[in-house]
Amino acid sequence: MTSGQIEIQLIAVVVAVACALPGTFLVLRRLALVSDAISHSILLGIVLGFFVTGDVTSPLLLVGAAAVGLLTVVLVSTLERTGLVREDAAIGLVFPALFSIGVILISRYADGVHLDIDAVLLGELAFAPFDRLVFWGWDFGPVSLVVMSIVLGLNVAAIAVFWKELKLSTFDPALAVALGFTPALVQYGLMSLVSLTAVGAFDAVGSILVVALMIAPPATAYLLTDSLPRLLALAAAIGAASGIAGYWLAYFLDASIAGSMASMTGVFFVLGWLLAPERGLVAAARRRARQRLEFAQTMLAIHLANHEGKPEAEVESRVEHLHGHLRWEADFAERIVRGAERRGLVVERVGSLELTDAGRTLAADAVSR
Amino acid sequence: MSGDLLAIGLFSDYTLRTVALGSAALGITSGALGTFAVLRRQSLLGDAISHAALPGVALAFLLTGSKAPLALVVGAALAGFVGTLVVMGVTRTTRIKYDSALGIVLSVFFGFGLVLLTFIQRRPDATQAGLDRFLFGQAAALLRRDLVTQAVLGAVALAAMLLVWKELKLLSFDPDFGQSLGFPMRALDVLLTSLLVTAIVIGLQTVGVVLMAAMVIAPAAAARQWTDRLGLVALVAGLFGAAAGVIGAVVSAEAERLPTGPTIVLCASAIVLVSLLFAPRRGLLWREARGRRDRRRLRLAAVLEDLWTLERQHVDGAHAHSAAVLAVMSGGAERSLAELEQQGLVRRVGDEWALTDRGRAEAAGRESR
Repeated sequence: MTSGQIEIQLIAVVVAVACALPGTFLVLRRLALVSDAISHSILLGIVLGFFVTGDVTSPLLLVGAAAVGLLTVVLVSTLERTGLVREDAAIGLVFPALFSIGVILISRYADGVHLDIDAVLLGELAFAPFDRLVFWGWDFGPVSLVVMSIVLGLNVAAIAVFWKELKLSTFDPALAVALGFTPALVQYGLMSLVSLTAVGAFDAVGSILVVALMIAPPATAYLLTDSLPRLLALAAAIGAASGIAGYWLAYFLDASIAGSMASMTGVFFVLGWLLAPERGLVAAARRRARQRLEFAQTMLAIHLANHEGKPEAEVESRVEHLHGHLRWEADFAERIVRGAERRGLVVERVGSLELTDAGRTLAADAVSR
Repeated sequence: MSGDLLAIGLFSDYTLRTVALGSAALGITSGALGTFAVLRRQSLLGDAISHAALPGVALAFLLTGSKAPLALVVGAALAGFVGTLVVMGVTRTTRIKYDSALGIVLSVFFGFGLVLLTFIQRRPDATQAGLDRFLFGQAAALLRRDLVTQAVLGAVALAAMLLVWKELKLLSFDPDFGQSLGFPMRALDVLLTSLLVTAIVIGLQTVGVVLMAAMVIAPAAAARQWTDRLGLVALVAGLFGAAAGVIGAVVSAEAERLPTGPTIVLCASAIVLVSLLFAPRRGLLWREARGRRDRRRLRLAAVLEDLWTLERQHVDGAHAHSAAVLAVMSGGAERSLAELEQQGLVRRVGDEWALTDRGRAEAAGRESR
């Protein structure tokens, strides 16, 4: 690997982790689509900031763009409060308008010169290593790596400092109010983090893919754990893995790195959806199958216990009879009987089934419950 | 270009006519069908569908090697439909909420679409040129065959909507009641979603995947402000959509470096803004005016009643009272008295005020009501 490749992957990882942290709270607070709105409308902030400063790399641009991101949130909630449109429509009205203004401004006044329409959607991760931060002859690395490291540090610090507030207002907003916290303040704090992160990540991965990095890894992690610290750690890890895997996918396909990273977050999500230990589709299907077998074995035990010691027991306890009585197919009945034998619930003596003590207890328990 | 010239241009210029007709078709369809999406709080489903359509466009091109509008539109529709299925599947089988599911589908599908697009673009042959107009739309590139495809699909979607109008209405307002009447609500849900997908893919070439959602949401949200009747909302939304589409597309085709999608979206946003402010009864200005009128009426009524109360507390009924006394009882009395005098309900007695006969009748009538 060349040093450029390593730097790109490093940026990808830092961006992904920085996005996953505030993203986790968005997913938990059902605000996922706010990231969509913010990541689009910051474009307008970047363009306006560029018109003011005339410099795409100015730190002022970052602040201005983040402010527009926050303005989006304010506009959405103002619009919603008028009662004229609902929240989903309010989001869908505000950001396309702001984004459109941004795109039109770029293509009329700045296209190809300093800002590029394609870069808005794709990011320029592949060129990031060429844009270096050099001070007093010292090379501090690619600008976007430095910027995103600072953003990541800010996110970690903010989450650590306001851990209690974030946790409480996320899981029990009513209690948070009762205890004297201000959920609105926490909300806007979180939105500021999201805006700042989206602006920082914008250069690297473009506006829409910020959404992938903010939402998909935390949602995947949400399928795997119930504890908030583990959720954050897993989301960060999945984001980082998507970053590296995405880079190599893009390398072999010679395609967009940001797009590949987003695709990989999707791959990880599908893997989690299918294979999560408890909540995955496979685990759920196996659990249902097992429950079906266990239920049938219990039925068998109850059936045998019912007729035990009665004159009809001879007929009722024959394996062939289960078909007529419990409406089981022959091979299903066979499987259940063998399973029950293995569990030590019944023994078979010359074609006729007999309950063991364990089987009797199971039947009695099941009936008395 | 002045209005007359524009009109002449519109009917003589082949390209402009194509553009205008195509945009009208897409505006009517997305406006009318968007009504249901907005009503059912599924506004942002449109955003997910339109982003999800991008990989469908790219895959259709990769598989068929053609840019025939029908192939690309079918690809887009299939991908959009798969996207909605994933959203439904995720929300049904996991604890991930609707907003996160939308966010994941939107960004991951879009990311994958970008991977495919960049992959296609880097292939040696140049047949792929123009696929990227699906991002922000390009009305000027519309051909006759595109127009025919759009118009036919739009007509089919609208006809289907009218055919099951009553059932869709039921689905939107009271699905449980519909279920109890024996209507296949699930099938209707799928049908409505398919119609929405159709409406969206029609617009992809003109408006682009990034902003198509706005054409679903904005006309419907604007139309909703003008009327309470579903049929009228859909009709007005269709007209608004067509107006935004035609104006935006024609302006963008005429002006240089004015991307079509954002221009159309800004037209639609302007319509929304006007509707939110000026729509009779619901509009914000209307509401403000009504609030003022109500406050004034209350203020006048309060002074009138105060005078009536005072009058009955005194032995010599028609005795006058100073404005100062009335001001203690209700604020702003001076102004109210002057207005009441104009209406002939009170009269001035020196420096003081008394009820006229009409005023007394009015106050007594109000009390007995």
